[in-house]
Amino acid sequence: MENLNLKLKIWRQSSPNDKGAFVSYDVSGLNTHMSFLEMLDVLNEKLVVTGDDPVAFDHDCREGICGMCSMVINGKPHGPQKGTTTCQLHMRHFKDGDTVTIEPWRAKPFPVLKDLIVDRSSFDRIIQSGGYISVNTGSAPDGNSLPISKEIAEDAFDAAACIGCGACVAACKNASASLFVSAKVSQLSLLPQGQPEREERVKNMVSKMDEEGFGHCTNTGACEAECPKEISLEYIRKLNWEYHRSNIKG
Amino acid sequence: MILDNKIPAGPLEDKWTNYKAKVPLVSPSNKRNLEVIIIGTGLAGASAAASLAEMGYKVKTFCFQDSPRRAHSIAAQGGINAAKNYQNDGDSTYRLFYDTIKGGDYRAREANVYRLAEVSASIIDQCVAQGVPFAREYGGTLDNRSFGGVQVSRTFYARGQTGQQLLLGAYSALSRQISKGNVQMFNRHEMLDIVKIDGKARGVIVRNLVTGEYQRHFGHAVVLATGGYGNVYYLSTNAMGSNVTASWKAHKKGAMFANPSYTQIHPTCIPVSGEYQSKLTLMSESLRNDGRIWVPLKKGDKRRPIDIPEEERDYYLERRYPAFGNLVPRDVASRAAKERCDAGYGVGSTGLAVFLDFEDSIKRLGKEVVASRYGNLFEMYQKITGEDPYKMPMRIFPAVHYTMGGLWVDYDLMTTVPGLYAIGECNFSDHGANRLGASALMQGLADGYFVLPYTIGKYLSDDIRTPAISTEDEQFEKAEKEAKNRVNKLLNNNGNRSVESFHRELGKVVWDHCGMSRNKNDLEKAIETIKDLKAEFWTNVSVPGEENVINPELAKAGRVADFIELGELMMRDALARDESCGGHFREEHQTDEGEALRDDTNFAFTSAWEFSGEKTPSKLNKETLEFENVQLTQRSYK
Ligand SMILES: Cc1cc2nc3c(=O)[nH]c(=O)nc-3n(C[C@H](O)[C@H](O)[C@H](O)COP(=O)(O)OP(=O)(O)OC[C@H]3O[C@@H](n4cnc5c(N)ncnc54)[C@H](O)[C@@H]3O)c2cc1C
Ligand code: SF4
Ligand code: FES
Repeated sequence: MENLNLKLKIWRQSSPNDKGAFVSYDVSGLNTHMSFLEMLDVLNEKLVVTGDDPVAFDHDCREGICGMCSMVINGKPHGPQKGTTTCQLHMRHFKDGDTVTIEPWRAKPFPVLKDLIVDRSSFDRIIQSGGYISVNTGSAPDGNSLPISKEIAEDAFDAAACIGCGACVAACKNASASLFVSAKVSQLSLLPQGQPEREERVKNMVSKMDEEGFGHCTNTGACEAECPKEISLEYIRKLNWEYHRSNIKG
Repeated sequence: MILDNKIPAGPLEDKWTNYKAKVPLVSPSNKRNLEVIIIGTGLAGASAAASLAEMGYKVKTFCFQDSPRRAHSIAAQGGINAAKNYQNDGDSTYRLFYDTIKGGDYRAREANVYRLAEVSASIIDQCVAQGVPFAREYGGTLDNRSFGGVQVSRTFYARGQTGQQLLLGAYSALSRQISKGNVQMFNRHEMLDIVKIDGKARGVIVRNLVTGEYQRHFGHAVVLATGGYGNVYYLSTNAMGSNVTASWKAHKKGAMFANPSYTQIHPTCIPVSGEYQSKLTLMSESLRNDGRIWVPLKKGDKRRPIDIPEEERDYYLERRYPAFGNLVPRDVASRAAKERCDAGYGVGSTGLAVFLDFEDSIKRLGKEVVASRYGNLFEMYQKITGEDPYKMPMRIFPAVHYTMGGLWVDYDLMTTVPGLYAIGECNFSDHGANRLGASALMQGLADGYFVLPYTIGKYLSDDIRTPAISTEDEQFEKAEKEAKNRVNKLLNNNGNRSVESFHRELGKVVWDHCGMSRNKNDLEKAIETIKDLKAEFWTNVSVPGEENVINPELAKAGRVADFIELGELMMRDALARDESCGGHFREEHQTDEGEALRDDTNFAFTSAWEFSGEKTPSKLNKETLEFENVQLTQRSYK
């Protein structure tokens, strides 16, 4: 359908220190085949031509895989569609005349840099604290020397599908990063290659998560509900189990 | 300028082994004092940074995204090739080499391609050891699939997210080195220029995209791993931020640009749906393993595809290429789709689409098997188009996907500027005039993990006595000033057209005249059109906002300005290459059946363009391609 008209209420904040506020915009004549970000492109091009500051937002692949796009749309991280990133959300899910509220991720460990852009470098630091297998280039044995059952490989893949977008944190009232951390910990502890560093890894990553100011998990399940890659809460259970196991093993 | 490709002497199979045996080494204590700058942390950059840091070099890396994990490599879907012969179907290093040379329509360098095939197997081992969850067979061994243009199964994959998993592997290795303090990573930083001192690359000017601050960084060597420039076409399957700026700045500082017009147009993408379209989405080539491509036999047939009976369908790839069928190489498949659509058989609202149909596979294999192979792709298709591909054939059309052209490099992966290297998609090296599927990931990781770490040592071993050069040096000063001036000019231009509108206009010119088919007349005209566009850009572009805060329009403006200049060079390159080869199809040169007609007598060379100043057209240098191990034949997939 052509001619979708919307009222947008967008969070504008010029810099990390600015207080920020919602600003209203009208956009008209949208096509329902557009993606949500293309809708914002239309608004921004209008703003540029009138000499106004366009709305800053993070995005890159626009295919739901890089994890860069990050907006809370009508109160939901990545908007109303289940298992869908903002960039993969299409305007056919909105009705003519709707008011749409757009905000950045709101969580202390993700400070706003400008408008809808936040700083997620804390996620990188969590990975740096242990989200890897220590293997130098050139020292690997033949790929088939280590058979891994299809089931384990698939389970590890399900966890590895996390795109590091941070919607789980934005959805959580405690701003916990448990789903994100659990995905990496689970992937690597499921695989035989990950065994040698299994205990160290979970301890370091959990303590880094705390240090970065992420809150504790109280099992509300909000993260799983909003995760665009539908990473399962089961992995948080696994994370807890791995954590206790590492304490026992020392 | 004489191009020395530095190919080692000796038989093809021994070149790399001998090279490695003889290359000078740098001692661990010296490595600690040698600094390497790497721009870009996609597959190529992240793997190189991790490997060099493990070896003991001091590394600085830069990317424009908010994390190295988000580089465009993340979006690669289908898989990565390696000559493992795990399927026992006759694969070998030689066969992978041969397929790549032939697939590239005999416009790549034998020695480089052979080395690529040779190191391919180690890549898989390395990635498995990092915990990359590749697809497995029930017995626990690694699974393979086949890809276009070959007759063996050598593609390793992780569902439809191979690039994601490989990049996260490289990112984890990089993260490990960051945590050890061996790599200093700069996110949200953009490289604006290369700094040359005494003829050698010695550093870069970067801009912090959050604060607008300019920084100078010294390196004994500089490595570009900045990806491809498909976004010159505006619409492409590349990520929105992919750009040519780093390569272009290097080009202007003396690095030659090779084969800029060699572009890969991927046959299976979701068609354009409207003017507002910001990018195109690829549907992995792996779909061609089980999907059949067709158009109606009758022109302008408006029936729903499921209502068109079998005998009224034209499975044109199976008809024209019985030996390879739906698995012909990309350039061939794309041109065939264009041919049908130009002839009026295209489907969909614009007539610029063909069907990719899974009905037979679903019947043969069951919906579940099809879903396990392509589930996430089907879902993606449905999200974007709102149609269910289990019930209705997909509609697809070719789209710009990959750029085989790039900075010219020698066997060491060094550009024509000493100390400046280019790895991954931003160099021109291995794919000739057409890249085979699943070979870009292979090349990026080969360059980063297994080639550059050796070859850079050759250069740096001569540099152990060079102390770090102060960034107060006048060359740093000068380069920073130029970068600043340009940004100021963009911000204070007071024009009245958006950057986006220029980009869209450029894209249309490049697509129309340097896309799936090209001819002399159009190319000559397009050069003039682009010159005018450049002049208008600098008088009439409007860039809002300020310099010292996040300003995406400003970043985009700089990139589009460089794309415009590149666009002109692409036209010149396509014009100079008066033959057809691979993805470069000159209408003047085709066989009676409409296939690309090469001219090996006159064009078996790599075009390497030399920047000759803003006012003078670039100069063409030629690197002759010597084929000692394969025989040049007319590529046939019939
Ligand atoms: C949709 C899609 C699917 C694909 N699927 C496959 C596949 O299945 N198999 C396959 O083999 N190939 C595939 N390819 C191709 C392949 O993904 C790419 O060629 C490859 O990933 C490029 O890797 P790279 O490391 O060279 O560059 P990129 O991953 O593009 O990384 C570029 C890096 O450079 C940085 N950068 C760029 N410019 C600057 C600058 N000026 N300053 C600072 N940093 C900068 C970026 O931030 C980024 O870190 C696909 C491509 C696309 C578009
Ligand atoms: S767990 Fe889900 S929501 Fe959280 S970062 Fe990963 S993909 Fe995003
Ligand atoms: S832009 Fe990459 S996931 Fe949305």
